[in-house]
Amino acid sequence: MDISSVFFALVTVVAIVSALMVVTCKNPINSALSLVLTFFCLATYYAMLNAPFMAAVQIIVYAGAIMVLIVFTIMLLNIRVDANKKGSHQVALGSVMGIVTLLLTGLILTRGKVSQPVGGITSDMINKLGHTELIGKVMFTDFLLPFEVTSILLLVAIVGAVILAKRKLS
Amino acid sequence: MGIEILGLPLYYYIAMVAKVLIAFVFVLLTVAYATYAERKIIGWMQVRIGPNRTGPMGLLQPIADGLKLFFKEEIIPAEANKFAFLLAPLVALIPAFITFAVIPFGDTIKIFGYDVPLQIVGYYDAGVGKVVDMNVGVLYVLAMSSLGVYGIVLAGWASNSKYSLIGGLRSSAQMISYELAAGLAIIPVFMLVESLSLQEIIKAQAGMKWFIWNSPMTFVAGMIFYVATLAEVNRTPFDLPEAETELVSGFCTEYSSMKYAMFFMAEYANMVTVSAVMVTLFLGGWDGPFVSAIPWLSPLYFIAKVYFLMFLAMWIRATLPRYRYDQLMHLGWKVMLPTTLALIVVTAVAGHFGFYTFSGLFGN
Repeated sequence: MDISSVFFALVTVVAIVSALMVVTCKNPINSALSLVLTFFCLATYYAMLNAPFMAAVQIIVYAGAIMVLIVFTIMLLNIRVDANKKGSHQVALGSVMGIVTLLLTGLILTRGKVSQPVGGITSDMINKLGHTELIGKVMFTDFLLPFEVTSILLLVAIVGAVILAKRKLS
Repeated sequence: MGIEILGLPLYYYIAMVAKVLIAFVFVLLTVAYATYAERKIIGWMQVRIGPNRTGPMGLLQPIADGLKLFFKEEIIPAEANKFAFLLAPLVALIPAFITFAVIPFGDTIKIFGYDVPLQIVGYYDAGVGKVVDMNVGVLYVLAMSSLGVYGIVLAGWASNSKYSLIGGLRSSAQMISYELAAGLAIIPVFMLVESLSLQEIIKAQAGMKWFIWNSPMTFVAGMIFYVATLAEVNRTPFDLPEAETELVSGFCTEYSSMKYAMFFMAEYANMVTVSAVMVTLFLGGWDGPFVSAIPWLSPLYFIAKVYFLMFLAMWIRATLPRYRYDQLMHLGWKVMLPTTLALIVVTAVAGHFGFYTFSGLFGN
């Protein structure tokens, strides 16, 4: 067992414990903070997989923006007490979805046809050219249309948010 | 070459631990003496003397302050959320320190025959013959600065007091608004360097071609970045989160003893960090005269530039009054954000025609 496996094991323990805390914590703020920790572990995985850009974006977007919004919402609505009065059918649905995801992942890992890295981009290329450069090039050439469609989607969302906020004023 | 761990020689790890210690001690000492310097400098600017009783010229004042705070009574409000209340000062302090992992504070220097680059994550690859560092260094800086907001939001909310909550909300709104302007102001630098690695950014500025004066686009970007970072670390004239006259002391109203000291340290450590980032991106990093002949000069240049920017922040504090809240939001969203967006377009167009720099603009 080399050092990177030991490190992987450590991060994984933190990831699993924090993910469990997300669902078991009584206080929603503590759940949200545990989720931030889980995102950190995911970012560490990306960094270990030679995908530093993904790691940075994971933290900037999820931990830095989305979770701040969620924390804000929890604080402003002041959900202090245990809002854990979910019906048992919700718990059942969640468990079923979790088990299906687990089985599916196991299936892909064991029966999948991809047994080694495929495609033209290798870790050596990433180390040499930079992950951001490679992603940027592909995004603005081969995947330009999906990229633009996503931008329009975001623009629509922003316009919608402005309209909702303005309506409240008048 | 001796023992290797994960494909890297052993001396790399020893050098890394040493660099971490040096950077940590540097930031801590700077934080301690920045408080003293701030009181002294603002004192002189307001024709006062400033602290002069503890030690010669008051030089022991930061130590006395630290001891005093250390021995104060620790108070946790009865209605506070204990976990978040205890976590908040740590969350505020840590991002300020770990940003230093990617900042190069000097050139590659030879120690006991090994080439050691003065950057914590960087190492000298003999095979390639250059310094390898994290190639998303700038994104790492942005990611860490976006985490600083948690500490303040948590502190404001967990204290369960109206002053803290309003201070926390104000502060986080301000940090999120100015983070955008700061993040966008860096983009012209990327466009000129074509890399996100901080080593590459410094290399592009070598030979006194610092971005602050080398190109009109990066000059404007640098100015916007500096103002935006001042707002991000809650310095005057953007210190609304702790506007004493309205909010007592904002998000840290309910904090006492060491936890208050940690917020205080976080503010100054953030100041050191953003000054270091500004130096790296716009002021040439450790670049300076004679640095290629004597690499040992490079950390001195870096420290001198960081201290100069911190002095500038203190000078601004002594000079300018505080912004009003609507003025602050107006400046962030309606002035700085459109300016940075326009700047990106201008940089792209100018770059297309080859007018990247001042010398490119005026013939030569």
